[in-house]
Amino acid sequence: MNIFDIIGPVMIGPSSSHTAGAVRLGNLARHILGEEPKKARIILYNSFASTGKGHGTDRALVAGILGFLPDDERIRTSFEEAKKAGLEYELVDGGSKEKLHPNTAEFFLEGPENTTRVVGASVGGGRVMVSSIDGFKTEFSGEYHTVITIHKDIPGIISSVTSCLSKKNINIAQMRVFRESRGEKALMIIEADEILPEGIKEELERINGIFRAMNISPVY
Amino acid sequence: MSINSLEKLIHLAEERNRKISSIVKEQKAKEQGMTERELTDKMLKYYEVMKQAANRGVFEQIHSISGITGGEGFKLWQAAEKGLSGSVVLKASARAMAVSNVNASMGKIVAAPTAGSCGIIPGALITVTEKLNKSDEEAVDALFTAAAVGEIIARNATLAGAEGGCQAECGSASAMAAAAVVELAGGSPRQAGHAVAFALKAVMGMVCDPVAGLVEVPCIKRNGMGAAQALLAADMALAGIESVIPPDEVIKAMGEVGCMLPQQLRETALGGLAATPTGKEIQKRVFGG
Repeated sequence: MNIFDIIGPVMIGPSSSHTAGAVRLGNLARHILGEEPKKARIILYNSFASTGKGHGTDRALVAGILGFLPDDERIRTSFEEAKKAGLEYELVDGGSKEKLHPNTAEFFLEGPENTTRVVGASVGGGRVMVSSIDGFKTEFSGEYHTVITIHKDIPGIISSVTSCLSKKNINIAQMRVFRESRGEKALMIIEADEILPEGIKEELERINGIFRAMNISPVY
Repeated sequence: MSINSLEKLIHLAEERNRKISSIVKEQKAKEQGMTERELTDKMLKYYEVMKQAANRGVFEQIHSISGITGGEGFKLWQAAEKGLSGSVVLKASARAMAVSNVNASMGKIVAAPTAGSCGIIPGALITVTEKLNKSDEEAVDALFTAAAVGEIIARNATLAGAEGGCQAECGSASAMAAAAVVELAGGSPRQAGHAVAFALKAVMGMVCDPVAGLVEVPCIKRNGMGAAQALLAADMALAGIESVIPPDEVIKAMGEVGCMLPQQLRETALGGLAATPTGKEIQKRVFGG
Protein backbone atom coordinates (compact mmCIF):
# COMPACT_ATOMS: atom_id res chain seq x y z
CA MET A 1 0.00 0.00 0.00
CA ASN A 2 1.30 3.47 -0.84
CA ILE A 3 1.66 5.41 2.40
CA PHE A 4 0.37 8.57 0.70
CA ASP A 5 -2.92 6.80 -0.04
CA ILE A 6 -3.44 6.53 3.74
CA ILE A 7 -2.25 10.05 4.67
CA GLY A 8 -3.24 11.81 1.47
CA PRO A 9 -4.01 12.82 -1.15
CA VAL A 10 -3.86 16.57 -0.79
CA MET A 11 -7.19 17.60 -2.23
CA ILE A 12 -9.92 20.19 -2.35
CA GLY A 13 -12.87 19.05 -0.23
CA PRO A 14 -15.40 18.04 0.65
CA SER A 15 -15.55 14.54 -0.83
CA SER A 16 -12.99 12.24 -2.41
CA SER A 17 -15.56 10.56 -4.66
CA HIS A 18 -17.80 13.56 -5.43
CA THR A 19 -15.10 16.26 -5.64
CA ALA A 20 -11.59 14.82 -6.22
CA GLY A 21 -12.91 12.00 -8.43
CA ALA A 22 -15.05 14.44 -10.42
CA VAL A 23 -12.01 16.66 -11.13
CA ARG A 24 -10.10 13.61 -12.35
CA LEU A 25 -12.90 12.58 -14.72
CA GLY A 26 -13.11 16.08 -16.24
CA ASN A 27 -9.33 16.19 -16.63
CA LEU A 28 -9.28 12.81 -18.41
CA ALA A 29 -12.09 13.93 -20.75
CA ARG A 30 -10.02 17.03 -21.64
CA HIS A 31 -6.98 14.90 -22.47
CA ILE A 32 -9.09 12.53 -24.53
CA LEU A 33 -10.29 15.52 -26.60
CA GLY A 34 -6.61 16.42 -27.00
CA GLU A 35 -7.02 20.17 -27.42
CA GLU A 36 -8.41 23.22 -25.60
CA PRO A 37 -12.15 22.54 -25.09
CA LYS A 38 -14.42 25.37 -26.21
CA LYS A 39 -17.79 23.81 -25.43
CA ALA A 40 -18.72 21.21 -22.82
CA ARG A 41 -22.01 19.51 -22.13
CA ILE A 42 -21.84 17.40 -18.98
CA ILE A 43 -24.60 15.03 -17.90
CA LEU A 44 -24.61 13.93 -14.26
CA TYR A 45 -26.23 10.63 -13.29
CA ASN A 46 -27.44 8.96 -10.09
CA SER A 47 -25.67 10.18 -6.92
CA PHE A 48 -23.69 12.76 -8.93
CA ALA A 49 -27.04 14.21 -10.03
CA SER A 50 -28.85 13.96 -6.68
CA THR A 51 -26.18 15.08 -4.19
CA GLY A 52 -23.52 16.52 -6.46
CA LYS A 53 -24.39 20.16 -5.90
CA GLY A 54 -23.68 20.04 -2.16
CA HIS A 55 -20.34 18.39 -2.83
CA GLY A 56 -19.30 20.85 -5.53
CA THR A 57 -19.34 18.04 -8.12
CA ASP A 58 -20.53 20.50 -10.79
CA ARG A 59 -17.61 22.88 -10.17
CA ALA A 60 -15.20 19.96 -9.90
CA LEU A 61 -16.20 18.52 -13.29
CA VAL A 62 -15.78 21.92 -14.97
CA ALA A 63 -12.43 22.40 -13.17
CA GLY A 64 -11.21 19.09 -14.58
CA ILE A 65 -12.19 20.13 -18.10
CA LEU A 66 -10.12 23.27 -17.58
CA GLY A 67 -7.15 20.99 -16.85
CA PHE A 68 -7.02 21.38 -13.07
CA LEU A 69 -6.02 18.53 -10.73
CA PRO A 70 -7.74 17.63 -7.40
CA ASP A 71 -5.51 19.88 -5.25
CA ASP A 72 -6.08 23.08 -7.27
CA GLU A 73 -7.63 25.87 -5.20
CA ARG A 74 -9.33 27.30 -8.28
CA ILE A 75 -11.81 24.36 -8.24
CA ARG A 76 -14.07 26.40 -5.96
CA THR A 77 -14.28 29.19 -8.54
CA SER A 78 -14.10 27.04 -11.68
CA PHE A 79 -17.27 28.58 -13.18
CA GLU A 80 -15.56 31.99 -13.21
CA GLU A 81 -12.33 30.38 -14.47
CA ALA A 82 -14.29 28.81 -17.34
CA LYS A 83 -15.53 32.24 -18.38
CA LYS A 84 -11.96 33.58 -18.40
CA ALA A 85 -10.78 30.60 -20.45
CA GLY A 86 -13.62 31.00 -22.97
CA LEU A 87 -15.17 27.63 -22.13
CA GLU A 88 -18.93 27.42 -22.63
CA TYR A 89 -20.37 24.74 -20.39
CA GLU A 90 -23.75 23.23 -19.66
CA LEU A 91 -24.51 20.91 -16.73
CA VAL A 92 -27.47 18.60 -17.17
CA ASP A 93 -29.29 16.45 -14.59
CA GLY A 94 -29.44 12.98 -16.15
CA GLY A 95 -31.53 11.59 -13.28
CA SER A 96 -31.12 8.00 -12.17
CA LYS A 97 -30.04 5.18 -14.46
CA GLU A 98 -29.71 1.82 -12.80
CA LYS A 99 -27.31 0.41 -15.38
CA LEU A 100 -24.72 3.12 -14.65
CA HIS A 101 -22.38 3.36 -11.66
CA PRO A 102 -23.78 5.55 -8.81
CA ASN A 103 -21.30 8.36 -9.58
CA THR A 104 -21.35 8.68 -13.35
CA ALA A 105 -20.69 11.66 -15.65
CA GLU A 106 -21.01 11.85 -19.42
CA PHE A 107 -19.04 14.51 -21.31
CA PHE A 108 -19.61 15.93 -24.78
CA LEU A 109 -16.59 18.11 -25.51
CA GLU A 110 -15.88 20.29 -28.50
CA GLY A 111 -12.58 21.94 -29.38
CA PRO A 112 -11.48 23.92 -32.43
CA GLU A 113 -10.91 20.71 -34.42
CA ASN A 114 -12.24 17.67 -32.55
CA THR A 115 -15.26 16.53 -30.64
CA THR A 116 -15.49 13.63 -28.23
CA ARG A 117 -17.95 11.81 -25.99
CA VAL A 118 -16.60 10.31 -22.77
CA VAL A 119 -18.39 8.38 -20.02
CA GLY A 120 -16.73 7.73 -16.67
CA ALA A 121 -17.42 7.08 -13.02
CA SER A 122 -15.91 7.95 -9.66
CA VAL A 123 -15.59 4.51 -8.14
CA GLY A 124 -14.60 5.30 -4.52
CA GLY A 125 -11.89 7.04 -2.57
CA GLY A 126 -11.35 9.46 -5.46
CA ARG A 127 -10.43 6.70 -7.92
CA VAL A 128 -12.02 6.89 -11.35
CA MET A 129 -12.73 4.65 -14.32
CA VAL A 130 -13.42 5.76 -17.91
CA SER A 131 -15.95 3.34 -19.37
CA SER A 132 -16.52 4.67 -22.86
CA ILE A 133 -14.86 6.93 -25.46
CA ASP A 134 -16.80 7.91 -28.58
CA GLY A 135 -19.08 4.91 -28.10
CA PHE A 136 -16.23 2.42 -27.61
CA LYS A 137 -16.32 0.42 -24.40
CA THR A 138 -13.06 1.06 -22.52
CA GLU A 139 -11.64 0.59 -19.06
CA PHE A 140 -8.83 2.76 -17.72
CA SER A 141 -8.13 4.63 -14.53
CA GLY A 142 -5.81 7.51 -15.50
CA GLU A 143 -3.28 6.24 -12.97
CA TYR A 144 -0.59 5.67 -15.61
CA HIS A 145 0.81 7.56 -18.56
CA THR A 146 -1.72 6.40 -21.12
CA VAL A 147 -1.76 6.21 -24.92
CA ILE A 148 -5.04 5.52 -26.68
CA THR A 149 -5.42 4.90 -30.39
CA ILE A 150 -8.54 4.57 -32.51
CA HIS A 151 -7.52 2.63 -35.60
CA LYS A 152 -8.62 0.32 -38.37
CA ASP A 153 -8.82 -3.33 -37.23
CA ILE A 154 -6.16 -4.68 -39.62
CA PRO A 155 -2.91 -6.64 -39.02
CA GLY A 156 0.23 -4.67 -38.15
CA ILE A 157 -1.22 -1.61 -36.43
CA ILE A 158 -0.56 -2.83 -32.91
CA SER A 159 3.04 -3.74 -33.66
CA SER A 160 3.65 -0.36 -35.31
CA VAL A 161 2.43 1.35 -32.15
CA THR A 162 4.43 -0.83 -29.75
CA SER A 163 7.61 -0.53 -31.83
CA CYS A 164 7.19 3.25 -31.89
CA LEU A 165 7.01 3.16 -28.06
CA SER A 166 9.90 0.73 -27.65
CA LYS A 167 12.15 2.94 -29.79
CA LYS A 168 11.55 5.64 -27.21
CA ASN A 169 12.42 3.21 -24.41
CA ILE A 170 8.91 3.21 -22.99
CA ASN A 171 7.92 0.17 -20.95
CA ILE A 172 4.31 -0.96 -21.34
CA ALA A 173 2.63 -1.80 -18.02
CA GLN A 174 -0.75 -2.86 -19.40
CA MET A 175 -2.40 -3.03 -22.79
CA ARG A 176 -5.91 -3.78 -24.04
CA VAL A 177 -7.72 -3.71 -27.41
CA PHE A 178 -11.45 -3.29 -27.94
CA ARG A 179 -13.06 -3.48 -31.39
CA GLU A 180 -16.47 -2.76 -32.92
CA SER A 181 -16.35 -5.81 -35.18
CA ARG A 182 -13.76 -7.56 -37.35
CA GLY A 183 -12.14 -5.26 -39.90
CA GLU A 184 -13.88 -2.18 -38.52
CA LYS A 185 -12.62 0.38 -36.01
CA ALA A 186 -10.76 -0.65 -32.87
CA LEU A 187 -9.58 1.15 -29.78
CA MET A 188 -6.32 0.32 -28.00
CA ILE A 189 -5.27 1.46 -24.51
CA ILE A 190 -1.62 1.31 -23.51
CA GLU A 191 -0.61 2.19 -19.97
CA ALA A 192 3.09 2.96 -19.57
CA ASP A 193 5.51 3.42 -16.68
CA GLU A 194 7.43 6.30 -18.24
CA ILE A 195 6.42 9.83 -19.16
CA LEU A 196 5.38 9.87 -22.81
CA PRO A 197 7.33 12.32 -24.96
CA GLU A 198 5.66 15.38 -26.49
CA GLY A 199 4.68 14.79 -30.09
CA ILE A 200 3.91 11.08 -29.59
CA LYS A 201 0.26 11.74 -30.49
CA GLU A 202 1.23 13.33 -33.82
CA GLU A 203 3.78 10.61 -34.55
CA LEU A 204 1.24 7.83 -33.97
CA GLU A 205 -1.38 9.63 -36.06
CA ARG A 206 1.03 9.49 -39.03
CA ILE A 207 0.89 5.66 -38.97
CA ASN A 208 -1.36 4.44 -41.77
CA GLY A 209 -4.63 3.12 -40.34
CA ILE A 210 -4.63 5.15 -37.14
CA PHE A 211 -7.45 7.68 -37.11
CA ARG A 212 -6.76 9.28 -33.75
CA ALA A 213 -4.23 9.03 -30.96
CA MET A 214 -4.38 10.44 -27.43
CA ASN A 215 -1.66 11.10 -24.89
CA ILE A 216 -3.06 11.21 -21.36
CA SER A 217 -1.06 12.27 -18.30
CA PRO A 218 -1.80 10.59 -14.97
CA VAL A 219 -4.39 12.38 -12.84
CA TYR A 220 -3.21 10.99 -9.49
CA MET B 1 7.62 -8.00 4.87
CA SER B 2 4.45 -5.96 4.68
CA ILE B 3 2.88 -4.37 7.71
CA ASN B 4 -0.27 -6.35 8.37
CA SER B 5 -0.61 -6.42 12.14
CA LEU B 6 0.09 -4.03 14.99
CA GLU B 7 1.64 -6.85 17.03
CA LYS B 8 4.17 -7.54 14.27
CA LEU B 9 5.02 -3.86 13.95
CA ILE B 10 5.35 -3.32 17.70
CA HIS B 11 7.46 -6.47 18.05
CA LEU B 12 9.80 -5.30 15.30
CA ALA B 13 10.18 -1.87 16.91
CA GLU B 14 10.83 -3.40 20.36
CA GLU B 15 13.31 -5.91 19.00
CA ARG B 16 15.37 -3.22 17.31
CA ASN B 17 14.76 -0.68 20.06
CA ARG B 18 13.40 1.85 17.58
CA LYS B 19 10.31 3.99 17.16
CA ILE B 20 7.43 2.69 15.03
CA SER B 21 7.95 5.58 12.60
CA SER B 22 11.57 4.60 12.04
CA ILE B 23 10.59 1.03 11.08
CA VAL B 24 7.80 2.34 8.83
CA LYS B 25 10.02 4.82 6.99
CA GLU B 26 12.70 2.22 6.36
CA GLN B 27 10.21 -0.25 4.98
CA LYS B 28 8.21 2.23 2.89
CA ALA B 29 11.41 3.58 1.36
CA LYS B 30 12.13 0.07 0.06
CA GLU B 31 8.55 -0.60 -1.05
CA GLN B 32 7.97 2.71 -2.82
CA GLY B 33 11.40 3.16 -4.37
CA MET B 34 12.01 6.46 -2.55
CA THR B 35 14.67 7.42 -0.02
CA GLU B 36 13.64 8.07 3.58
CA ARG B 37 14.55 11.72 3.01
CA GLU B 38 12.22 11.93 -0.01
CA LEU B 39 9.40 10.32 1.97
CA THR B 40 9.93 12.77 4.84
CA ASP B 41 10.06 15.77 2.50
CA LYS B 42 6.80 14.76 0.85
CA MET B 43 5.14 14.22 4.23
CA LEU B 44 6.45 17.65 5.38
CA LYS B 45 4.54 19.21 2.48
CA TYR B 46 1.39 17.36 3.55
CA TYR B 47 1.91 18.54 7.14
CA GLU B 48 2.21 22.11 5.85
CA VAL B 49 -1.19 21.77 4.10
CA MET B 50 -2.66 20.47 7.39
CA LYS B 51 -1.27 23.44 9.33
CA GLN B 52 -2.53 25.95 6.79
CA ALA B 53 -6.04 24.49 6.86
CA ALA B 54 -6.09 24.45 10.67
CA ASN B 55 -4.91 28.06 10.84
CA ARG B 56 -7.46 29.28 8.34
CA GLY B 57 -10.31 27.62 10.18
CA VAL B 58 -9.46 28.86 13.67
CA PHE B 59 -8.80 32.46 12.67
CA GLU B 60 -11.72 32.93 10.22
CA GLN B 61 -15.33 31.76 10.29
CA ILE B 62 -15.40 29.44 7.31
CA HIS B 63 -18.78 28.47 5.88
CA SER B 64 -19.62 25.41 3.83
CA ILE B 65 -20.81 25.70 0.24
CA SER B 66 -24.23 24.30 1.21
CA GLY B 67 -24.55 26.91 3.97
CA ILE B 68 -25.61 24.48 6.70
CA THR B 69 -22.40 24.68 8.78
CA GLY B 70 -19.63 27.15 9.48
CA GLY B 71 -17.43 28.72 12.12
CA GLU B 72 -17.27 25.75 14.54
CA GLY B 73 -13.46 25.71 14.66
CA PHE B 74 -13.34 29.47 15.10
CA LYS B 75 -15.83 29.44 17.99
CA LEU B 76 -14.14 26.72 20.01
CA TRP B 77 -10.74 28.37 19.45
CA GLN B 78 -12.14 31.53 21.05
CA ALA B 79 -13.16 29.46 24.10
CA ALA B 80 -9.96 27.39 24.28
CA GLU B 81 -8.32 29.20 27.22
CA LYS B 82 -11.36 29.42 29.48
CA GLY B 83 -13.10 26.16 28.62
CA LEU B 84 -13.65 23.30 31.07
CA SER B 85 -11.72 20.62 29.17
CA GLY B 86 -8.37 22.41 29.28
CA SER B 87 -6.66 24.32 26.51
CA VAL B 88 -4.80 21.41 24.88
CA VAL B 89 -7.92 19.32 24.36
CA LEU B 90 -9.91 22.35 23.24
CA LYS B 91 -7.27 23.57 20.82
CA ALA B 92 -6.95 20.09 19.31
CA SER B 93 -10.71 19.88 18.94
CA ALA B 94 -10.97 23.42 17.53
CA ARG B 95 -8.25 22.74 14.97
CA ALA B 96 -9.91 19.47 13.96
CA MET B 97 -13.21 21.24 13.31
CA ALA B 98 -11.34 24.07 11.58
CA VAL B 99 -9.83 21.66 9.06
CA SER B 100 -13.26 20.08 8.56
CA ASN B 101 -14.73 23.54 7.99
CA VAL B 102 -12.12 24.16 5.30
CA ASN B 103 -13.00 20.82 3.72
CA ALA B 104 -16.72 21.65 3.63
CA SER B 105 -15.96 25.02 2.04
CA MET B 106 -14.09 23.41 -0.88
CA GLY B 107 -10.73 24.37 0.59
CA LYS B 108 -7.47 22.41 0.50
CA ILE B 109 -6.99 19.53 2.97
CA VAL B 110 -5.15 16.24 3.31
CA ALA B 111 -7.40 13.16 3.36
CA ALA B 112 -6.32 11.49 6.62
CA PRO B 113 -7.36 8.80 6.10
CA THR B 114 -10.46 10.22 4.34
CA ALA B 115 -11.78 13.69 3.53
CA GLY B 116 -14.65 13.19 5.98
CA SER B 117 -12.22 12.56 8.85
CA CYS B 118 -9.53 14.99 7.67
CA GLY B 119 -9.48 17.16 10.81
CA ILE B 120 -8.68 14.65 13.55
CA ILE B 121 -5.01 13.90 12.89
CA PRO B 122 -4.03 17.55 12.21
CA GLY B 123 -6.00 18.74 15.25
CA ALA B 124 -4.34 16.33 17.68
CA LEU B 125 -0.88 16.37 16.15
CA ILE B 126 -0.38 20.10 15.59
CA THR B 127 -1.58 20.84 19.12
CA VAL B 128 0.61 18.26 20.85
CA THR B 129 3.62 19.31 18.74
CA GLU B 130 3.05 22.87 19.95
CA LYS B 131 2.49 21.84 23.58
CA LEU B 132 5.68 19.72 23.72
CA ASN B 133 7.80 22.17 21.70
CA LYS B 134 8.56 19.54 19.07
CA SER B 135 9.83 20.27 15.56
CA ASP B 136 7.87 19.83 12.32
CA GLU B 137 10.16 16.96 11.45
CA GLU B 138 9.25 15.15 14.67
CA ALA B 139 5.56 15.73 13.96
CA VAL B 140 6.04 14.29 10.49
CA ASP B 141 7.73 11.19 11.96
CA ALA B 142 4.60 10.70 14.03
CA LEU B 143 2.55 10.95 10.82
CA PHE B 144 4.35 7.85 9.53
CA THR B 145 3.26 6.02 12.68
CA ALA B 146 -0.31 7.22 12.09
CA ALA B 147 -0.13 6.04 8.47
CA ALA B 148 1.07 2.57 9.51
CA VAL B 149 -1.87 2.23 11.89
CA GLY B 150 -4.16 3.33 9.04
CA GLU B 151 -2.70 0.73 6.71
CA ILE B 152 -3.16 -2.03 9.30
CA ILE B 153 -6.80 -0.99 9.78
CA ALA B 154 -7.33 -0.89 5.99
CA ARG B 155 -5.89 -4.41 5.67
CA ASN B 156 -7.82 -5.98 8.57
CA ALA B 157 -11.01 -3.92 8.64
CA THR B 158 -11.86 -0.84 6.53
CA LEU B 159 -11.35 2.93 6.38
CA ALA B 160 -14.51 3.65 4.36
CA GLY B 161 -17.71 4.95 5.94
CA ALA B 162 -19.72 3.28 3.18
CA GLU B 163 -18.32 -0.08 4.30
CA GLY B 164 -17.87 0.26 8.05
CA GLY B 165 -19.71 3.36 9.25
CA CYS B 166 -18.17 6.39 10.95
CA GLN B 167 -16.16 4.19 13.33
CA ALA B 168 -14.13 3.23 10.23
CA GLU B 169 -13.46 6.85 9.25
CA CYS B 170 -13.45 9.10 12.33
CA GLY B 171 -12.70 6.14 14.62
CA SER B 172 -9.70 5.11 12.55
CA ALA B 173 -8.46 8.70 12.28
CA SER B 174 -8.71 9.00 16.06
CA ALA B 175 -6.80 5.73 16.55
CA MET B 176 -4.12 6.84 14.07
CA ALA B 177 -3.82 10.20 15.83
CA ALA B 178 -3.61 8.53 19.26
CA ALA B 179 -0.68 6.34 18.18
CA ALA B 180 1.07 9.36 16.63
CA VAL B 181 0.66 11.41 19.80
CA VAL B 182 1.96 8.60 22.06
CA GLU B 183 5.12 8.38 19.96
CA LEU B 184 5.56 12.16 19.90
CA ALA B 185 5.20 12.28 23.71
CA GLY B 186 7.93 9.68 24.12
CA GLY B 187 5.69 6.68 24.81
CA SER B 188 6.67 3.15 23.81
CA PRO B 189 5.51 1.33 20.65
CA ARG B 190 3.38 -0.93 22.86
CA GLN B 191 1.71 2.08 24.48
CA ALA B 192 0.95 3.42 20.98
CA GLY B 193 -0.81 0.11 20.28
CA HIS B 194 -2.94 0.37 23.43
CA ALA B 195 -3.90 3.94 22.49
CA VAL B 196 -5.15 2.64 19.11
CA ALA B 197 -7.33 0.12 20.95
CA PHE B 198 -8.79 2.75 23.35
CA ALA B 199 -9.69 5.15 20.54
CA LEU B 200 -11.44 2.45 18.49
CA LYS B 201 -13.24 0.94 21.47
CA ALA B 202 -14.64 4.38 22.37
CA VAL B 203 -16.56 4.65 19.11
CA MET B 204 -17.18 1.00 18.23
CA GLY B 205 -20.38 0.82 16.21
CA MET B 206 -20.56 4.53 15.42
CA VAL B 207 -22.75 4.91 12.36
CA CYS B 208 -22.20 7.05 9.24
CA ASP B 209 -25.38 9.11 8.91
CA PRO B 210 -24.55 12.36 7.11
CA VAL B 211 -27.47 14.77 6.81
CA ALA B 212 -28.33 15.29 3.13
CA GLY B 213 -25.33 13.08 2.31
CA LEU B 214 -22.98 15.99 2.89
CA VAL B 215 -19.68 15.86 4.80
CA GLU B 216 -20.93 18.35 7.39
CA VAL B 217 -23.55 17.21 9.92
CA PRO B 218 -22.47 15.46 12.10
CA CYS B 219 -19.00 15.01 10.50
CA ILE B 220 -17.50 18.35 11.53
CA LYS B 221 -18.33 17.92 15.22
CA ARG B 222 -17.33 14.26 15.15
CA ASN B 223 -13.93 15.42 13.94
CA GLY B 224 -13.78 17.70 16.98
CA MET B 225 -14.70 14.80 19.28
CA GLY B 226 -12.29 12.44 17.54
CA ALA B 227 -9.30 14.70 18.20
CA ALA B 228 -10.20 15.06 21.88
CA GLN B 229 -10.66 11.30 22.26
CA ALA B 230 -7.30 10.70 20.58
CA LEU B 231 -5.61 12.78 23.28
CA LEU B 232 -7.44 10.94 26.08
CA ALA B 233 -6.57 7.58 24.53
CA ALA B 234 -2.92 8.64 24.35
CA ASP B 235 -2.92 9.86 27.96
CA MET B 236 -4.49 6.61 29.19
CA ALA B 237 -1.81 4.59 27.40
CA LEU B 238 1.00 6.88 28.58
CA ALA B 239 -0.31 6.43 32.16
CA GLY B 240 0.32 2.71 31.81
CA ILE B 241 -3.27 1.57 31.26
CA GLU B 242 -3.47 -1.47 28.97
CA SER B 243 -6.22 -2.69 26.68
CA VAL B 244 -7.61 -6.02 27.89
CA ILE B 245 -8.53 -6.93 24.32
CA PRO B 246 -5.37 -6.85 22.18
CA PRO B 247 -5.34 -3.94 19.67
CA ASP B 248 -5.33 -6.22 16.59
CA GLU B 249 -8.45 -7.98 17.86
CA VAL B 250 -10.12 -4.61 18.46
CA ILE B 251 -9.38 -3.63 14.85
CA LYS B 252 -10.89 -6.87 13.52
CA ALA B 253 -13.94 -6.43 15.77
CA MET B 254 -14.45 -2.93 14.41
CA GLY B 255 -14.44 -4.31 10.85
CA GLU B 256 -16.91 -7.05 11.80
CA VAL B 257 -19.23 -4.59 13.53
CA GLY B 258 -19.07 -2.47 10.36
CA CYS B 259 -20.27 -5.41 8.26
CA MET B 260 -23.19 -5.93 10.66
CA LEU B 261 -24.38 -2.34 10.27
CA PRO B 262 -27.46 -2.03 8.08
CA GLN B 263 -27.08 -0.22 4.76
CA GLN B 264 -29.09 2.75 6.12
CA LEU B 265 -26.27 3.53 8.54
CA ARG B 266 -23.38 3.34 6.10
CA GLU B 267 -23.11 6.69 4.32
CA THR B 268 -26.41 6.39 2.48
CA ALA B 269 -28.10 9.28 4.36
CA LEU B 270 -31.11 7.04 4.99
CA GLY B 271 -30.81 6.49 8.75
CA GLY B 272 -29.63 8.03 12.00
CA LEU B 273 -29.34 11.82 12.04
CA ALA B 274 -30.02 12.01 8.30
CA ALA B 275 -33.47 10.47 8.87
CA THR B 276 -34.55 12.85 11.67
CA PRO B 277 -37.27 15.40 10.85
CA THR B 278 -34.67 18.19 10.88
CA GLY B 279 -32.23 16.12 8.85
CA LYS B 280 -34.88 15.55 6.18
CA GLU B 281 -35.89 19.20 6.25
CA ILE B 282 -32.27 20.22 5.60
CA GLN B 283 -32.05 17.71 2.77
CA LYS B 284 -35.12 19.34 1.19
CA ARG B 285 -33.73 22.83 1.67
CA VAL B 286 -30.36 22.03 0.09
CA PHE B 287 -31.46 19.83 -2.79
CA GLY B 288 -35.15 20.63 -3.22
CA GLY B 289 -37.97 18.04 -3.37
